[in-house]
Amino acid sequence: MGKTDDKKSGAVMVVGGGVAGVQAALDLTELGYYVYLVEKGAAVGGAMAQLDKTFPTNDCSL
Amino acid sequence: MVEAGRSPNIEILTNAELLSLDGKVGAFKAKIKINPRYIDADKCTACGLCTQYCPRHLVDKYNEGLSITRPIHIDFPQAVPATYYIDPSACLHLKHDTCKICVPVCRSHAIDFSQKPVDRELSVGSVIMSPGFGQIPDEALEKYSYGKHPDVVTSLEFERMLNPSGPFQGHVRCLSDKRHPKKIAFIQCVGSRDLGCDNGYCSSVCCMYAIKEAMVAKEHDPECEITVFYMDLRTQGKDFDAARTRAEDQFGIKFVRAKVADVMPWDKQLKLTYSTMEETHHFDPFDMVVLSIGLDSPTGAKELAKIGKFELNKYDFCKTETFTPLGTTRDGVLVAGAFQGPKDIPESVTQASAAAGIAAAMNKKHRGKGYVIKSYPDEQEISLDEPRIGVFVCHCGINISGTVDVAKVAEYAGGMDKVAYHSESLYSCSQDAQEVLKEKIKEHKLNRVVIAACSPRTHEPLFQETLKDAGLNRCLFEMVNIRDQCSWVHANEPEAATDKSKDLVRMGVAKARHITSLNEQTVPVTPSAIVLGGGIAGLTAAENMANQGFQCYLIEKSNTLGGHVALMRNTLQGDNTMAMMKDLESRVKKNKKISVMTSSELTDVSGFVGNFSSVITTVKGKKTTEQAIDHGVIIVATGGREYRPDLYMLGKSKKVITQLELEERLAGTAKNRAPGSIVMIQCAGSRGEDLQYCSKICCNNAVKNALKVKAINPESQLIVLYRDMRTYGYAEDAYREAREKGVIFIPYEVENRPKVTQKGTTVTVNYYDPILQEKVSINPDLITLSTGFVPEDPENLSKLLKIPVNANNFFLEAHVKLRPVEMPVAGVYVCGMAHSPKPIDEIVAQAQAAAAKAAIPLVKGHVNVEPTVSSVDKDTCIGCQICVNLCPYKAIQMVKEGKVKKAETIAASCKGCGICASRCPTFAISMGGFTMEQINAQIKAFGVID
Repeated sequence: MGKTDDKKSGAVMVVGGGVAGVQAALDLTELGYYVYLVEKGAAVGGAMAQLDKTFPTNDCSL
Repeated sequence: MVEAGRSPNIEILTNAELLSLDGKVGAFKAKIKINPRYIDADKCTACGLCTQYCPRHLVDKYNEGLSITRPIHIDFPQAVPATYYIDPSACLHLKHDTCKICVPVCRSHAIDFSQKPVDRELSVGSVIMSPGFGQIPDEALEKYSYGKHPDVVTSLEFERMLNPSGPFQGHVRCLSDKRHPKKIAFIQCVGSRDLGCDNGYCSSVCCMYAIKEAMVAKEHDPECEITVFYMDLRTQGKDFDAARTRAEDQFGIKFVRAKVADVMPWDKQLKLTYSTMEETHHFDPFDMVVLSIGLDSPTGAKELAKIGKFELNKYDFCKTETFTPLGTTRDGVLVAGAFQGPKDIPESVTQASAAAGIAAAMNKKHRGKGYVIKSYPDEQEISLDEPRIGVFVCHCGINISGTVDVAKVAEYAGGMDKVAYHSESLYSCSQDAQEVLKEKIKEHKLNRVVIAACSPRTHEPLFQETLKDAGLNRCLFEMVNIRDQCSWVHANEPEAATDKSKDLVRMGVAKARHITSLNEQTVPVTPSAIVLGGGIAGLTAAENMANQGFQCYLIEKSNTLGGHVALMRNTLQGDNTMAMMKDLESRVKKNKKISVMTSSELTDVSGFVGNFSSVITTVKGKKTTEQAIDHGVIIVATGGREYRPDLYMLGKSKKVITQLELEERLAGTAKNRAPGSIVMIQCAGSRGEDLQYCSKICCNNAVKNALKVKAINPESQLIVLYRDMRTYGYAEDAYREAREKGVIFIPYEVENRPKVTQKGTTVTVNYYDPILQEKVSINPDLITLSTGFVPEDPENLSKLLKIPVNANNFFLEAHVKLRPVEMPVAGVYVCGMAHSPKPIDEIVAQAQAAAAKAAIPLVKGHVNVEPTVSSVDKDTCIGCQICVNLCPYKAIQMVKEGKVKKAETIAASCKGCGICASRCPTFAISMGGFTMEQINAQIKAFGVID
């Protein structure tokens, strides 16, 4: 991916890389925008990455 | 997650904090501080050797403190980025300048203690705040002996215990002596609906996860007795009640309506003291107690609000308004997810899409300017090459390998004809596994790949993308599902599961020997949308689409806009619904990009995503006109209305009205509009009567109207008969206020619903009062029924668009969790009451999300057609037209070939269902990716063991 310059136009910043942040980032890229995903922790995924299965279908959460 | 990690248009900045945010919408300057990982992400291969050698212990936060890790570690194998990191607060070198054992251990020389924090300034047009939620402080849990007895755990700790890749490999054990608990109690509403810790709100998710955890625990140990202690079971989401019923009937989980007063250590067990509705006290011993902890505002919320210059609400979540649920108090700064208010995954995903759509509209002028277009290497031509198959067998942590002997399966695959390479993988979906896959394809010149792992439904696109990255056509791929079909269904027969895995892999390989590259076509799109329904959902969706720059046709069946919300007067939060709706309506009507068509319906549609062609029929008086419209996408927002059951004397007595009618009455000026005694009956006709589901909003509406009655006539005696008061989220505050103002709430059981009779002008309600423990009969001045909501008849639309509905006639989304606004048919989206009943803020968010998703193909300007379509061998075709008549998608046409007509597939319309191929009398039709040859090979391989 390399280094990007930080002054590009058409960029959006998402603060927090949980399921909401990741989804927002993915949708934004599909809508034609560059995204900075700023996450406090060492990895994205948030609380959802701690879950095994999800209600009510017991699907895998990762 | 992995998708985000692979996107060239997302720069993931981890260990990063926001320092300041200046500027305004379209031109924000954000200062970010990126703290060091002390590991070079480009070099780390996530091999894990460093963790093995690191001498220092560290409590593993990812596993909720239930296990031990090391200061140098990775949270979980599928983490993105898949790079280890060093916790500077625990590392011996960083704290005490000693150790450094990891440095020589790392073979790729990735460890770099010289890293320093880096500051960056980002220029961005908008900001989306999605910091999630925080944990309820331990002090709030102490009253349940949390921290005093090891067998009292939080629901998150329990979640980790249940997880196969968690600290106990999925085995639930008492932390005190490692025994398997035989009796488990769940206590609901810990840290929620609890003024003791200033969390007056309901966290909206705990009932669901408690039920899920209880069911999973039961699956692990069917002997285990599980009791859930609750105040109200708030399973109000779409199809959630059904899961609750399943938990009770199939899994034998007990639900007890009781507030637990005390949890006391008692010998090896824990003694629960609780009192039920009948005011009887119980003392029950349990082996383990799970506290269903609520969602707190995220840590650092106040600081984030200060830096971001937006306001919080009284619970320190982000402050938003009903009609603009994703806007913070600062223009250009949006919010999504649990930070907006406690919510579950689908709601969070919906809000995220919605926020993305709004941000996209705000920055329309700059769309595409910073965008990096992903390129793939040229596709290899392999048609003349001998098949060289690579087989990769996945452990899925222990999800598969806990039952199936993965090593044996991989080894078995290795011995098969044309298999050039075989291996095992711990998590084949992880980011580093994709890199390995690419390497192996190159190294061993693989030209077909078989992955034996989980479901292609969720993971096929990921692996296919990796194939493309490696220069292979994505159809040179076959997935074998040994998780669902082997380790899950045969969990108790490991040997048989292993044998079956071998069988399936053998069949997969047999098919793979015959698979070929298939072309992917791209088709241009018409950049406009049809929105069906002119209620709040349709209006909102159309406005967002137009603001993103796309032409919209808003089609409304009736002669006015507004839908069901136009019948309301105000919201529970106090918004003036009528004024808000008028405002929205006039904005939509003024918008040059939106054509509003009332008294109109969609009567015909053909085409496919990006290229629909529809007929809109408008009936005005005696005049009927038809208009053909070409458009790229369709948003279904056909709405719903209040149900009117033929029950409880509704329509037979003037004294029996619905909540909407009461709302209208209270907004009037009649002297006796709030009479002296009113009985409200909740779930009238719902949850097992005429309607099987919960309509989610009736409890809020009842509380709203009850408060209004009390405001007009404080003397009015108001009784609400209910099953579960589902005033989730912040609505809990209003429920509490209603109780404080003297509204009486009395629960009833489903077997014992209240009865309404009429004699002359007197109406009588008979019900059982569980506190008095006797039958009560009263003659109120007014009975108000909370009757639930039904969708507008979906049958026509369902047939026209070939989109499914669920058992309750609501449109069924593509994936309940991860694709909540998309329909299974590409290019069709759903929002509002047509999806399920929900309150205004959720409808608005869902409509904005639908608009965001619908804009995606329009922004791209083209759509890719799935390569797995049917094709006709014209030499064999006899032109009988059976296929044309049977095709449900109008995807086969007859074309002239000399003197005769032959069938031909319209690839872009074909859904690859295979009906045509299965019915062709001369076997002239074959399905891409499922040819006769491939399927025959697969079937033969089933019987023949190599």
